[in-house]
Amino acid sequence: MSRRLLDYGPSALLLECEDLPEALGLLPLLRGEPNIDEVIPGARTVLLRLNAHVDDAQRRRLLTMPAMALHETESAPIRIEVDYGGEDLAEVAKQITSTPAEVIRLHASQIWTVGFCGFSPGFAYLQPEHDWLHVRRRPVPRTRVPAGAVGLADSWSGIYPREGPGGWQLIGRTEARLWDVRRPSPALLQPGDRVQFVAINES
Amino acid sequence: MILIVDTGPLAVIEDLGRPGLAHLGVPPSGAADRASCGLANRLVGNDEIDAVIEVTFGGLIIAADQLHWVAVTGPPTQLWIDDQPTASHAALPLRPGQRLRIDPPVRGVRNYLAARGGLQMPKTLGSRSTDVLSGLGPAPLRRGTTIQVGQPTGSLPGIDVAPQRVPSKDLEVFPGPRRDWFTGEAWARLVSEQWTVSADADRIGIRFEGPELDRRIAEELPSEGLIRGAVQVPAGGQPLVFLADHPVTGGYPVIAVLSDVSADHAAQLRPGDHVRFHG
Repeated sequence: MSRRLLDYGPSALLLECEDLPEALGLLPLLRGEPNIDEVIPGARTVLLRLNAHVDDAQRRRLLTMPAMALHETESAPIRIEVDYGGEDLAEVAKQITSTPAEVIRLHASQIWTVGFCGFSPGFAYLQPEHDWLHVRRRPVPRTRVPAGAVGLADSWSGIYPREGPGGWQLIGRTEARLWDVRRPSPALLQPGDRVQFVAINES
Repeated sequence: MILIVDTGPLAVIEDLGRPGLAHLGVPPSGAADRASCGLANRLVGNDEIDAVIEVTFGGLIIAADQLHWVAVTGPPTQLWIDDQPTASHAALPLRPGQRLRIDPPVRGVRNYLAARGGLQMPKTLGSRSTDVLSGLGPAPLRRGTTIQVGQPTGSLPGIDVAPQRVPSKDLEVFPGPRRDWFTGEAWARLVSEQWTVSADADRIGIRFEGPELDRRIAEELPSEGLIRGAVQVPAGGQPLVFLADHPVTGGYPVIAVLSDVSADHAAQLRPGDHVRFHG
């Protein structure tokens, strides 16, 4: 068994999982556990902020509880329309030895799953079903990336919720509002959500 | 109502922040030195959740249009009401037309000003805190800003003055989740050598300068959750301690974590300070 529970100072634990699907499959169960204030997913871990001592029995439970299969938690994918005309489309095509049209097809023809959020509010790290678009980050980050820019880095895809600096390879842009504090649920994408990108500039 | 006459280098509204939203990418934010923020509120009979002004390196001047009870906490510092010197860590009546000025602290960085009734600013995601990383919450205070003060909810405490706490430069650390990604010597250096606070220190975190902390495992770490007080070691081997406005996830290993009390003390470190971590 490769799940591990790592001490994270006096009031937190890091649950290291086999992979992202296991971490996501444990989220709903961990949120129901006693003594845990907050559950924060990472790329293959779940950080547990504690409000009380976790005893040996609970530690054993955290290490052995079966993760829910993702199809038990998932609903219909969220559709995000993308105007694929990003400045780095040609660079991405070059890195995977392909064409811009093929990059678009590979991006829009699979389901992406929100693994975790970070970088800025509402920025979701999206994991692909297939590692077809594995690219290096830009050697020098851009100082200004517009809100709605759709990017790639390593095997992740992500959408910049607001204008700011960023080093991901940009392949398109969406009008979808990723983050809006006036909405009851400010983040469009949350861990475990699934995303289907839809090309809106296909000729 | 309180008028901001001058702000000093940085004055921001803070309360206990936005805990519980990290899974959406929202930093916890809130007062960098939570103990000092709590004491300021208690000295004027406020709730712990009331908003205060976090003053960085002094220089804040406020004026009152009616009687307001205020208290300033944090590192020891000199206050002035008009031209009269007065004490921090005490509830003070600020009368209509009077001005309160906060000098820069001799040691430490951040002072906290509470007003009886609490500072009323619009809330974002349940908090009035300014988050300098994500841009959530009110903008840093500017000259001429006016702040409404709420109705008192509790009575003034039956004490005149609270003890002052000199910021400590001995910080308590516990092992972090990736201690085993570093060599045994790296941990030994962390808890035995002297570390210097670099100029790169703000509400997000503090970079330290000292001996390099060598990795045993060199591979890239998939991003994982961060907490206040986490001691992360980015490429380059120099540790970085995260404070209130820290990013919620990071891709470098966390070797150690400060105790809650030490995280408050870390928020009072200034560039050039020498620090020791005790494991």
